[in-house]
Amino acid sequence: MPLKPKRVVMPTQEPRERIKNFNEVALGFTEEMAKEEASRCLKCKDAACQQGCPVEVKIRDFIGLVAAGDFAGAIALIKETNSLPAICGRVCPQEEQCEKYCLMGRKHEPVAIGRLERFVADWELRHGVKLPACAPPRGRKVAVVGSGPAGLTCAGDLARLGYSVTVFEALHAPGGVLIYGIPEFRLPKAVVMAEVDNIRRLGVEVVTNVAVGRTVTIEDLMKLGYEAVFLGTGAGLPKFMGIPGENLCGVYSANEFLTRTNLMKAYLFPQYDTPIKCGRRVAVVGGGNVAMDSVRCALRLGAEEGHIVYRRSEQEMPARAEELAHAKHEGVIFDLLSNPVRVLGTDDGWVRGLECLRMELGEEDSSGRRRPVPIKGSEFVIEVDTVIMALGTTPNPLLARTTPGLNITDWGGLIVDAETGQTSRPGIFAGGDAVTGSATVILAMGAGKKAAAGIHRYLEGK
Amino acid sequence: MYKILSKRMLTPVTKLFEVEAPLVAQKAQPGQFVIVRIRPEGERIPLTVADFSPERGAVTIIVQEVGKTTQMMGRLKEGDCILDFLGPLGRPAEIRGSGSVVCVGGGFGVAPIFPIARALYRRGVSVTSIIGARTRELVILEEEVKAVSHRLFVTTDDGSYARRGLVTDVLQELIEAKDPIDEVIAIGPMVMMRAVAETTRPYGIKTFVSMDPIMVDGTGMCGACRVEVGGKTRFACVDGPIFDAHQVDFALAQKRGKMYAAEQQRAMAEPGPCGGAGGSPCH
Ligand SMILES: Cc1cc2nc3c(=O)[nH]c(=O)nc-3n(C[C@H](O)[C@H](O)[C@H](O)COP(=O)(O)OP(=O)(O)OC[C@H]3O[C@@H](n4cnc5c(N)ncnc54)[C@H](O)[C@@H]3O)c2cc1C
Ligand SMILES: Cc1cc2nc3c(=O)[nH]c(=O)nc-3n(C[C@H](O)[C@H](O)[C@H](O)COP(=O)(O)OP(=O)(O)OC[C@H]3O[C@@H](n4cnc5c(N)ncnc54)[C@H](O)[C@@H]3O)c2cc1C
Ligand code: SF4
Ligand code: SF4
Ligand code: FES
Repeated sequence: MPLKPKRVVMPTQEPRERIKNFNEVALGFTEEMAKEEASRCLKCKDAACQQGCPVEVKIRDFIGLVAAGDFAGAIALIKETNSLPAICGRVCPQEEQCEKYCLMGRKHEPVAIGRLERFVADWELRHGVKLPACAPPRGRKVAVVGSGPAGLTCAGDLARLGYSVTVFEALHAPGGVLIYGIPEFRLPKAVVMAEVDNIRRLGVEVVTNVAVGRTVTIEDLMKLGYEAVFLGTGAGLPKFMGIPGENLCGVYSANEFLTRTNLMKAYLFPQYDTPIKCGRRVAVVGGGNVAMDSVRCALRLGAEEGHIVYRRSEQEMPARAEELAHAKHEGVIFDLLSNPVRVLGTDDGWVRGLECLRMELGEEDSSGRRRPVPIKGSEFVIEVDTVIMALGTTPNPLLARTTPGLNITDWGGLIVDAETGQTSRPGIFAGGDAVTGSATVILAMGAGKKAAAGIHRYLEGK
Repeated sequence: MYKILSKRMLTPVTKLFEVEAPLVAQKAQPGQFVIVRIRPEGERIPLTVADFSPERGAVTIIVQEVGKTTQMMGRLKEGDCILDFLGPLGRPAEIRGSGSVVCVGGGFGVAPIFPIARALYRRGVSVTSIIGARTRELVILEEEVKAVSHRLFVTTDDGSYARRGLVTDVLQELIEAKDPIDEVIAIGPMVMMRAVAETTRPYGIKTFVSMDPIMVDGTGMCGACRVEVGGKTRFACVDGPIFDAHQVDFALAQKRGKMYAAEQQRAMAEPGPCGGAGGSPCH
């Protein structure tokens, strides 16, 4: 077969159109496109791509099945190791993971593994999802705290092993960051809800409006007969810079801006009751996915100008390549090598500008990235009326505060055994962002999986 | 879904609901609050726990109608359901075990003051309560507060009931009369709390207020509720809502409280769901 150097182009909404709505930007492959893209795979013997996938999806073989038109077979194979493919296919940083190792990528464009994964997962959602077999009920209860990807994956795996699992979620809707953070135009909420429903159909009970540590404690759960607990509570505590003016009206954390927009549907205000104040000129501080999501939401909420203010250069930006590209097409202005030092306010307490210092790149730091150093006297002002801080998040201290004996790091991360996911307290396991700090969906899922296996072993031996 | 067990009109615009929420009732303590959402399109709004009964699995909330959500809530009836009811949130009030405390409640702020006064009273603290309202018909929970106070003063701004004047007038007199006061706790409109803080500041009397910034999640995840206390940024939903009144930056809090004034007007103007308020019968 002749080598096909270029990927099949996935259709997207036109930038000029899409910044007026919250519909999904990337429209997905058709069956023909998927088969065509799958046919680019070289069927490598050692399938290097697979070593880049944190949950070891059998990439080569599922792509082979797609090429042959056996979509049902392909999704069954993926689901052996990945329970949320419709989500991963959309949001995994593939260029850092599976696709980074694809042999095709050495000289040409790598096979679009993520998009193919998304295609077969969507195909299954359209054609009816086949549930995996569950072991007979064991009559033993496990509690999962938090319904993000870590909690959902752990719950799903334990249900398949025959445990009766209850997921407790503080918010009114399950899904974690998938539902409150990542916007509709990148990950439709219907996809998340469908995945949550599938977990429910395995027999998992999902209870919302329960903040563990407040509504019930872990001790209460143990008394109620839960023999093990998994903490998948994420890293929800937003960071601020600690610069003057940060509490002015019009300064948001990305979490607040995105939660209002996505979870509370402020873009449909006033049909929905929650308002959002998105000004005409918006500056988002940060360079990750959260920053890209915030600035692209701002454009869709009607901002005329959306800035990304980032203290390093484009190379160091942690955002997914696709999101960065989409943001550029949508007209986002990148103020790189710029570090905010002060938010300027009007007399009545509203934002009127963001004062920054220019930076240059110096020596490499411990993360291997070149450290930004301020240039003296280079202050300049970006005139904006809204500032969104997307500086990363750390684990919410609520649980550790209310649960005696849980060891945490100095930045609040839960400390667990790398093999089993068990915390310093027997029977209490943890994984995902609560352990690692903000990371990725697929790593959170991987941690949920590992902990499910750890919990199973723990309960078997009990 | 959380069923409304009973409803009482305290004033034409202040309504008391007893809500079935056994888990919350088990854990609730004075000073804490819940986050409520009444319909799928609804906003999450914080409301103080005004009372709780673990035996009956019931939590009492008192709602003052000020905008769209609270007005829709005011139309809910006994037997209707509240969609979401999360809590108890926030740090409980610190209840001292001796001495004397003045509890000041303004307007519907009397509702959150009540369980605090009661807890103090039960622990043997000498409780003086001052409750105030604009006018006679807005005075709420007078009997309830009286039953848990050693002394009660009532004020109305217009003098239509009890004593004419502001709650701070009474407080000032008590201080000047050298009444022994170990602590003051004040809950009510921001202007009132600020005035109480200014009244006690010159005398160095320890004073607490319960801040009511705009909130979204109520679990420490969004930072909408930030207030500045002693020059530091704090999240009212997890670090508060009760703070040292002499450290709070009230001017900032007042500005932040008005952030959505225009949108709130728009929401009210919107035809929206009238009458029904989205409340549905339970079960
Ligand atoms: C805006 C944004 C965009 C992102 N984009 C990407 C992307 O494109 N690709 C990618 O791979 N990753 C992305 N990430 C990161 C990814 O979403 C997270 O790494 C992942 O969701 C972590 O999963 P988790 O299950 O550990 O926690 P979360 O998803 O954070 O879920 C934790 C859940 O626990 C609940 N909870 C917390 N405390 C309690 C408690 N005490 N009681 C009950 N419930 C509690 C929370 O309400 C929440 O629902 C993004 C993150 C954000 C914020
Ligand atoms: C910890 C806490 C405890 C509270 N306890 C009570 C209580 O026991 N009884 C009671 O009646 N009210 C209480 N409130 C205030 C109540 O939450 C608001 O009145 C309500 O959210 C207004 O919603 P609305 O849609 O009816 O009005 P809107 O039209 O949205 O607003 C009217 C007014 O309420 C303020 N407000 C709006 N949204 C919020 C919000 N999410 N949080 C706080 N304030 C807001 C606005 O600044 C404005 O001044 C409390 C607030 C907090 C933070
Ligand atoms: S799960 Fe993520 S990393 Fe693994 S194959 Fe799918 S897209 Fe690639
Ligand atoms: S490395 Fe690339 S070409 Fe080789 S099997 Fe994997 S996807 Fe196919
Ligand atoms: S309300 Fe979101 S952090 Fe307090």
